[in-house]
Amino acid sequence: MHSLANFIAPLRTDRGGQVFLVLLAIIAIAVPILHLATPDSSALHLSSYSVTLIGKYMCYALLALAADLIWGYCGILSLGHGAFFALGGYAMGMYLMRQIGTRGVYGDPILPDFMVFLNWKELPWFWHGFSMFWFAALMIVLAPSLLAFLFGWFAFRSRVTGVYLSIITQALTYALMLAFFRNDMGFGGNNGFTDFKELLGFDLHKQSTRVALFLCTAIALALGYVICRYIVSSRAGRVIQAVRDAESRARFIGYRVESYKVWLFAFSAALAGIAGALYVPQVGIINPSEFAPINSIEIVIWVAVGGRGTLYGAIAGAVLVNYAKTYLTTELPEVWLYALGALFVFVTIFLPKGAVGLLNRKGAQRA
Amino acid sequence: MMSPIKRIKKFAARARRRRAGPAPDVSHKTILYLEDITVSFDGFRALNELTLYIDVGELRCIIGPNGAGKTTMMDVITGKTRPDQGSAWFGQTTNLLGLTEPEIAEAGIGRKFQKPTVFESHSVFENLELAVAGNKSAWRTLTAPLTREQRDRIDAVLDVVHLTDRRTATAGALSHGQKQWLEIGMLLTQEPELLLVDEPVAGMTPQETERTAELLMSLAGEHSVVVVEHDMDFVRSIAKTVTVLHEGSVLAEGSIDDVQNNQQVIEVYLGE
Repeated sequence: MHSLANFIAPLRTDRGGQVFLVLLAIIAIAVPILHLATPDSSALHLSSYSVTLIGKYMCYALLALAADLIWGYCGILSLGHGAFFALGGYAMGMYLMRQIGTRGVYGDPILPDFMVFLNWKELPWFWHGFSMFWFAALMIVLAPSLLAFLFGWFAFRSRVTGVYLSIITQALTYALMLAFFRNDMGFGGNNGFTDFKELLGFDLHKQSTRVALFLCTAIALALGYVICRYIVSSRAGRVIQAVRDAESRARFIGYRVESYKVWLFAFSAALAGIAGALYVPQVGIINPSEFAPINSIEIVIWVAVGGRGTLYGAIAGAVLVNYAKTYLTTELPEVWLYALGALFVFVTIFLPKGAVGLLNRKGAQRA
Repeated sequence: MMSPIKRIKKFAARARRRRAGPAPDVSHKTILYLEDITVSFDGFRALNELTLYIDVGELRCIIGPNGAGKTTMMDVITGKTRPDQGSAWFGQTTNLLGLTEPEIAEAGIGRKFQKPTVFESHSVFENLELAVAGNKSAWRTLTAPLTREQRDRIDAVLDVVHLTDRRTATAGALSHGQKQWLEIGMLLTQEPELLLVDEPVAGMTPQETERTAELLMSLAGEHSVVVVEHDMDFVRSIAKTVTVLHEGSVLAEGSIDDVQNNQQVIEVYLGE
C-alpha cells in the first residue's frame, strides 16, 4: 500500500492531471449510461457510433501521451509513433482473425480468409500462438517495444539526434507500411484484417461489448497517465528533462544518456502499441495505411496543439484535433489537410506552449 | 557548528570509502597522467604531444593564450574528444581513453565548463540532486528517492555556495555569478577525486572571486584540482604550480613568479 501511495503522490500537485482524471471518470460513467439506459428515441441517447468515436479519441489520447513522454520530456521527436500504434493494432488483429474460426467466408478452421484466398496451405510460423489471448496481449506490448528498443539502441548509441532521428523514424514507418502492403508478408496485404467476430468470447457487435471496450480504453488511458506522471515526476524524470535541455552535460555528471533514452522510447512504444490494440476492435479494421507517415506527423501535431511537456496537454490536443478532423472531413473534406497544416503553423508561431499553455497563462493573469 | 567547508570535506572522505567503483590507484602520488597526447581537427593541431602530470591533492593552474589547447585538454580527460595518439590515465590503473563520459564521471572526475552550463529549467535543488553522487542507473532513479545522506550533502553544498535561500528558484533565473556557483556546487555534490574547473571566476564580482579562491584552496588536499583561468590575479592568489600551454603543448611549468619571468612565456603573451 505504501508503494501505491508513492505511485500516485505526484498527482497531488498536478492540477491539470486532476482535472483530466475527473473529466475522464465522468465520461466513463456517463457514456455507458447514456448509451445503454436511454431509449434510442431519447434526445439524450448516445448512438453506438458516438461511443465508438469517443473510444477512438481515447486511443488517440493514449498515443499522444506516449508521444509527449518522449518528445515533450526527452526531446526525442519521433515521427514514427504511428508504426508502434499499428504494430499493437496488428497484434490484436491477428488474435481477432484467429477467433473468427469457421465463421469466415471460406470456413477454414485454422487459416484466415486472406490466406485461403492466396492458396496458402498452412499458417505461417509467426501466426502461431495468436489464437491465445495472453500471447497476443504479450505481443501487443513486446512487438512495438522490442522494435523501439532495437531502433533506439542503434540510433541513440550512435548519438543520432534532432532532425536526423526524426527523418529515420519517418523512414521506419514508411518501410513498415510498404512491407505490410505486400501480400506475401502474411498480414493480409493492403486489405489488412477486418470482419472480426469476437474478443475473448464476447460478440464485438453487441452493445455491451462495445461499452466494455470503451471502459477498458478509459482505464488504460487513466493508468497510462498516472504511470507517465510518475515517471516524469521521479528523479529519472528530472534526468530525462536534463537530457532534453543539455544532453552532454548530463553525460558529464555520470548519466548513461543512451540507456535512459532507449528505455523511455521502448516504454513509449509499448503505450502506443496498447493504444493501437484497443483501437482495432473498436473500429473493426486494421490495414497498412495506419503506418502512413502522415499519421505519425498528425500525432506530433496533436501534442503540439495541446501543449507539449505537460501530458494532459497532449491528451487535450488529441481530442481537439480529432474532433475537428471528424467534423471537417464530413462537412468540408477538401479543407482538412490545409486546416491541419495551418493549425500547426499557427500553434508553432503563436502558441509554442499549445492550448493548455494559453489556459495556464490566462489562469496566471487572473491569480 | 562545523563550518560548511569542513562539512563538505567530511562528506568527501566518507564518499571515498563508499565509492562503488574502484578508487583510482594513486600509490605513486600522481592522479592524472597525460602523455604524448595529440588531437588534430582538420589538420589543425589543438594538442601537440602534450605531456602533463597532476599530483594527488594538488591545485594546479593552467594558463595560456586563446587556442593553446586548454579546453581540448579537458575534453580529452573527460572523454568528449578522443586523441589521435597518446595516453591518458587516471591513477595508475584507470585508462581514460577506454571509458565513456559517464564512466569517467563515475570513476571520479568532475568538470565545470567554461560557459556556466546548469540545467536552466530545473530548480537549484534539482540541479544539485542531478549531480549528487550515487547510483545513476535509470531503474534506480525511477524507483528510489534520495537517501538521507544525499539530502544532507545537498544542503551542505547549498550552504557552501550560498544558494540556500534560492533552492527552489529556477536555475535559469540566477545571475551569471550565481550560475557559476551553482555549477561549482554541482561539482561538489558529485564528489569527484579530480576537479577540472574551466574559468571559474569569469563574470564574478571581486567578492565572489575571492570566495571562489578560498573554496578552491580549501578543496585542494582532499581533492586534486585543475583550474584553467585567464585572470592572472586570481591565478596568483591560488596557485602553487602553474603550467603554461602554448600551441597544444607545455611551454613552461613552475611557480607563478618563475613562469611570469620566463622569457618564452612573455614572448607568447606579449605577441611576436
